[in-house]
Amino acid sequence: MSDQTYVVDDLIAQDIDAYLDLHQHKTMLRFITCGSVDDGKSTLIGRLLYDSKMIFEDQLAALEADSKRQGTQGQAIDFALLVDGLAAEREQGITIDVAYRFFNTERRKFIVADCPGHEQYTRNMITGASTADLAVILVDARKGVLVQTRRHSYLCHLIGIRNVVLAVNKMDLVGYDQAIYDAIVRDYAEFARSIGLDRFVAMPISGFQGDNITTRSANTPWYRGPALIDHLDTVAVNAALDRDTPFRLPVQWVNRPDLDFRGFSGLIATGSVRPGDAIRVLPSGKTSTVTRIVTRDGDLDEAVAGQSITLCLADAIDCSRGDVIAPAAAPPQVADQFEATLVWLNDEALIPGRAYWLKLATQTVSATVQQPKFVVNVNTMEHMAAKTLDLNAIGVVELTADRPIVFEAYADNRTLGGFILIDKITNATVAAGMLHFSLRRAQNVHWQALDVTREARAALNSQTAHVLWFTGLSGSGKSTIANLVEKKLHAMGKHTFLLDGDNVRHGLNKDLGFTEADRIENIRRVGEVARLMTDAGLIVITAFISPFRAERDMVRAMIAPGEFVEVFIDTPLDEAERRDVKGLYKKARAGALKNFTGIDSPYEAPENPEIRVDTTREAAEDAAERIVNHILGHWMPVI
Amino acid sequence: MSDPLTLTHLARLEAEAIHIMREVVAEAQNPVMLYSVGKDSAVMLHLACKAFYPSPPPFPLLHVDTTWKFRAMYDLRDTMARDSGMDLLVYQNPEARARGINPFDHGALHTDMWKTEGLKQALDTWGFDAAFGGARRDEEKSRAKERIFSFRTASHGWDPKNQRPELWNLYNARKNKGESIRVFPISNWTELDIWQYIHLNQVPIVPLYFADMRPTVERDGMLLMVDDDRFPLRPGETPVMRSIRFRTLGCYPLTGAVESTARTLPQVIQETLLTTTSERQGRAIDKDAGGAGMETKKQQGYF
Repeated sequence: MSDQTYVVDDLIAQDIDAYLDLHQHKTMLRFITCGSVDDGKSTLIGRLLYDSKMIFEDQLAALEADSKRQGTQGQAIDFALLVDGLAAEREQGITIDVAYRFFNTERRKFIVADCPGHEQYTRNMITGASTADLAVILVDARKGVLVQTRRHSYLCHLIGIRNVVLAVNKMDLVGYDQAIYDAIVRDYAEFARSIGLDRFVAMPISGFQGDNITTRSANTPWYRGPALIDHLDTVAVNAALDRDTPFRLPVQWVNRPDLDFRGFSGLIATGSVRPGDAIRVLPSGKTSTVTRIVTRDGDLDEAVAGQSITLCLADAIDCSRGDVIAPAAAPPQVADQFEATLVWLNDEALIPGRAYWLKLATQTVSATVQQPKFVVNVNTMEHMAAKTLDLNAIGVVELTADRPIVFEAYADNRTLGGFILIDKITNATVAAGMLHFSLRRAQNVHWQALDVTREARAALNSQTAHVLWFTGLSGSGKSTIANLVEKKLHAMGKHTFLLDGDNVRHGLNKDLGFTEADRIENIRRVGEVARLMTDAGLIVITAFISPFRAERDMVRAMIAPGEFVEVFIDTPLDEAERRDVKGLYKKARAGALKNFTGIDSPYEAPENPEIRVDTTREAAEDAAERIVNHILGHWMPVI
Repeated sequence: MSDPLTLTHLARLEAEAIHIMREVVAEAQNPVMLYSVGKDSAVMLHLACKAFYPSPPPFPLLHVDTTWKFRAMYDLRDTMARDSGMDLLVYQNPEARARGINPFDHGALHTDMWKTEGLKQALDTWGFDAAFGGARRDEEKSRAKERIFSFRTASHGWDPKNQRPELWNLYNARKNKGESIRVFPISNWTELDIWQYIHLNQVPIVPLYFADMRPTVERDGMLLMVDDDRFPLRPGETPVMRSIRFRTLGCYPLTGAVESTARTLPQVIQETLLTTTSERQGRAIDKDAGGAGMETKKQQGYF
């Protein structure tokens, strides 16, 4: 057992002020210990705490008593009992959840996340790994590299831990044999290369006996590297604090105590900021200048990554929770479709297509996940096909958010690239994700904020922009009523535009056919055109069969709230077919027209349209009058 | 520091705590800060004032009172509430009051009714959905395993085997109906960090943390302070003036003092570092029900 301690007792006793000064300037290192069950994680941590005198007499007395009652080390102290805190853990002799432990050396404060080994508790291990700067991977010298060793190494690498220590433990039980140690290191190096882990530091230790923990052990004269504590004390971490990394502040909260003060609070993710810096607010793209960095202890001249601050800006621009403040010249990307790696953390498997909450930094959006491109077999690193992601599965997927989010690749920025998925019903955190890149090729096109706003344009026209979206079967009377509506609005001096289904297919959409995918794309483009026209302040009238509810909802989501008016021309199929104005039903019945809505392709009627017109009971002229009154704000009884 | 972009451990801990508090204010409907008047509460309140400056912290302080705290604690509590510009809510379990529950006659029932039940009642009374607490992971074994956002069922129970994954600094604050959240912004602080922060920031704390001559009796291996005349002296017991201080503060009849001459913060820190027993040693609560005392209490709704 080592007599070395990390706490400088003499200095504490003789000059407490000097000691406090020393402690005050310490930096912090967070690391995790992981490895297979029984590789000795808890013992190692117990040893670190014991050697650094973080265990007090009363705890030690309780530990000695517990060791005799429940311990697995005979009469010797079982350090594992010190850290296995939950009753179930002590009974089963395993670690279930991450435990956080603390100790100091002269140079650093350490936070250790003691992570469970069992595969079923991977989600707890991921929790511990996500905040770690360094990982200590333990291997039992008698057993060598096991499945769990690989799994944990891969997860650590995946979550972006760049400093890895391979601690070959229980060397005392193999007679401190160098050949055994070398073979394990060789074995691990080969595996490490296969997952892209190009650098790690290996050391032979015994957590139980204390070899190479605080000082180099006499039992391993062939080992030339540092003791574990020396390495932890000196290893360089924190690439996120690189001065070359651009400034990123995800806005958490707007501080508005009175009308004279408006500050934007958040934790700086990367980079630094000074008063006078030109900034851009994403996703709006608005620019301004930093005027103050406010703290209760006085304004700052500079703030850096890792600090929680409040910024004031020169201009009263829109900025709220979820926005990101960045340098005007170096903003992050904005997109709504991504490729990402997901680690599934829930008993209930991924349901492709279902909407989950996606939380990234301070942004929360609704997002759907497609069927995985592949899952990774963590033991063989093979890519395998899969329809879903089960508990603990790791896969690469494409995600679609319901609105654009500000992001960066996880490899470049953990804060703007790491996200969680939350089940909308159970509220459980079901997955951890790491963004790779956006799928839209427009990733470097930033939204240009315009000085003449849509409200200003609409006001000049003395009208509110709207989209009147007519939907219904072919021959239901959409075009007829839409035409009447436009004529009435035009006569009243309103600025309108009618987007007709057939006309659009002669130009903008002439490359599209009538397959399901093409019909969806047809509607998407019309929706985007309608949105631009509402930005221009127009009242847009569209007449498309638009049979699928999902596509109509997609367009509704594109348009500003309250401006989308769904008009359901509700003519029963037999009535539309009886009218058959264009003779199309006859052709479809004869099999000459494929995918014809109502015949061999479904029509999903709107569930809650703003306006419903039953053409068997209401004349076209009356319906048009009612629709006009609806958007101009006049109330009319529903017929 | 060679690299100006490297923050000290205290700077990182402060930034983390502020970030946590702002997340709660942004995502919870009705947050509250549990304020026990101890040194951890003092640091937590100081951090809250920093987090929302120049606004006052946008939530009230809640003191779940047992009527048996040290008098000096009530004094500081009222001063701090006034200075912070926050509302102070004080809750005393009416049933415990009516039945005259006290630490001398009722033992564990005292903690259960005044603190555990009192806390549940207070949270339900005002409908708080998120409560900040000053617990630290270095205090006790089950706390070392608790998440920063820790969920409680409608009956305020804790399910340690089913905690949500908590990745990076992304906190999932979405609750099911009836659930509430305990949030621990200073989870990653140690006792030394707390003292150092108080020292650096001149955070006001109860004078009982500093040594002074105080009336004491020795009972069941604990040194108790006779803080008022409700203290029933046993036959043969006479209060003796001793130079003592407290490492933690709770109900005065349940809180053991240590003999000390440390009258300044550096001296207190010096003693703390050179001491050989843990700070919770003076607390009776951890030792109930064998090794799992605190875990059991938390499952029942104790903070």
